[in-house]
Amino acid sequence: MSQLDFEKPILELESKISELRNVEGDSKVNIAEEITRMQNKVERLLNQTYSKLSPAQKVQVARHQNRPHYVDYVERMIDDYTPLAGDRNFAEDYALPGGLGRFRGQSVVIMGQERGHDTESRLHHNFGMARPEGYRKAQRLMKMADHFQIPIVTLVDTAGAYPGMGAEERGQAEAIAKSIETCLNVGVPIISIILGEGGSGGAIAIATADRVYMLEHSIYSVISPEGCASILWRSADHANEAAAALKLTAQDLYQHKIIDGIIKEPIGGAHRGKKETIDLVANQIEKALKELSPWTPEKIKKERAEKYLAIGRA
Amino acid sequence: MNWLTNFIRPGLRSLVGEQKEVPDNLWQKCPSCENMLFHSELKAAHSVCYHCGHHLKIGVMERLALLFDDGKYEKFPLPNVPADPLKFKDKKKYADRMRDSQNKTKEKDALVIAKGTIGGQDAVVAAFNFDFMGGSMGTAVGEGIVRAAEKAVKHKAALIIIPASGGARMQEGALSLMQMPRTTIAVNMVKAENLPYIVLLTNPTTGGVSASFAMLGDIHLAEPGTTIGFAGRRVIEETVREKLPEDFQTAEYLVDHGMVDAVVARKDQNAEIGKILTLLMDTSQEYVREEKPRKNGKNGNGGKGKKQKGDKKSSNVTRLSIKKGKQKKAKTRTQPEQEQQEQQPKRKSASG
Ligand SMILES: [Zn+2]
Repeated sequence: MSQLDFEKPILELESKISELRNVEGDSKVNIAEEITRMQNKVERLLNQTYSKLSPAQKVQVARHQNRPHYVDYVERMIDDYTPLAGDRNFAEDYALPGGLGRFRGQSVVIMGQERGHDTESRLHHNFGMARPEGYRKAQRLMKMADHFQIPIVTLVDTAGAYPGMGAEERGQAEAIAKSIETCLNVGVPIISIILGEGGSGGAIAIATADRVYMLEHSIYSVISPEGCASILWRSADHANEAAAALKLTAQDLYQHKIIDGIIKEPIGGAHRGKKETIDLVANQIEKALKELSPWTPEKIKKERAEKYLAIGRA
Repeated sequence: MNWLTNFIRPGLRSLVGEQKEVPDNLWQKCPSCENMLFHSELKAAHSVCYHCGHHLKIGVMERLALLFDDGKYEKFPLPNVPADPLKFKDKKKYADRMRDSQNKTKEKDALVIAKGTIGGQDAVVAAFNFDFMGGSMGTAVGEGIVRAAEKAVKHKAALIIIPASGGARMQEGALSLMQMPRTTIAVNMVKAENLPYIVLLTNPTTGGVSASFAMLGDIHLAEPGTTIGFAGRRVIEETVREKLPEDFQTAEYLVDHGMVDAVVARKDQNAEIGKILTLLMDTSQEYVREEKPRKNGKNGNGGKGKKQKGDKKSSNVTRLSIKKGKQKKAKTRTQPEQEQQEQQPKRKSASG
């Protein structure tokens, strides 16, 4: 999972470099030269590979386990983070953490899906697939942000809302619908970033925002390529074709004017530069907040509705 | 007459996808009770099994005729939107699928917008056409719902949406996903005008359709046996690896779980929705909120509201009258039977 097949030549070079680094003895000088030469080659290969990733490869990169997650972003860009739990109705949903904090001096409500980083934490966070409680907590936090006139930041990274029996019993559809409605009705800025995978209704539930940005190699789709392939091609083996047909890359969505911008990733993808990626995301959030902060609640709501109504019209 | 050929042929017919012009002397099997259903009788019963009451699929135009008073309505064209924005192709081109569906249904896309009266009240109906690519929601359908909402606001009419949809239209990718917020904006326009927004859930209502406008009604009604849910049954079974209850995600199950107000049989839908709209929109009552007079609201007898529109009062007085109104409502609620009896004749005279 952590190794991408198309990165194989790069990974081989990288392991050779680390082998060379461990070599002791008189030939150190020659080796240093060799290392530099190989590092240049790695960089060239990374540039080449990542500048022309296929949609199917982007799907792999978007799901890469070493990409920075919600918890990484919060840790690096939020001060005084105060996690808030529960929908005040049924439960806390660890798939969709959220809370209050200070982003570059500005109080914000921040929330997003967290997939977890090892088996234990993945189970704890239900692989980032939220249940109705998560979307009801999201509504609660958004309404609180509106009440106190605090901007909202949402970080999206989910395969989708959880398809479980309990989730259906407790009204997954209604919870998502109301979450979208709440996004549309709050009078404070909402900035949304697609970090990795923007999976359908489970993503848009918290990504109906004034400004939506996608990381360069993230994806955002109405259905997973696997799901689409199994329905339209009658076999999940056609997932790569489906990934291309669905036009789910950041570049596709920007071209169709569904998102407001693309945040460039470090060379070789976000999984090769976590801190750099987080800082680039933070810069974009700051820029968007600056732009939107003079807007009145009425203007925010009106512009947001008009923006969504304009999507797909021409 | 050979009953065996008559029995087999409809099956073959549906296999080749040809269901038009079924001769009256043919039978089909009820998918629920497995009794034989005579086509002419089934049609007369509006595709409801006359043995067990199972609701079979009904064409969208027949549904509209059944729902509006006297079967009368005005149909509006769907707005124009860019076709096939992604140039999508799976085994077949999306453009070809669209052309086939358009030829089959003689419609532009999977939504029909119409205006008429229900129980004497003005109503705009947006009904999904399941025969058109499974009622899937793409840009045209989303734009149609926006148009229907605008019409409801313009005519101060109620908005009734009747989903019959497997969800978003995959062939329009993320653009179809965007119909979730877009349709939510649409129904909120109606809500902002204090006009009723009622959802009549019909089979099936799932995926992105259920997780947007379909779960945001003031009132949710559902046809018996309708499948309503976010995730598909098979996906859930694969995820949780356990057998789901028989009635899982049915309309009745959703009533039990608090997501649907009532299950209403097809034959009662005009009367029930008419009654609800009259209760919500009738301006002939003693208490009428004055800030937003509903110009076209009519009571069942076609009478005028007792309160005058120009009757301006200070905000204090208005607030007092709201209290009075609430007390009145609470009183009548203690006699629900009487209220229903009183309502009945009104409705009848309205729908003529
Ligand atoms: Zn039957």
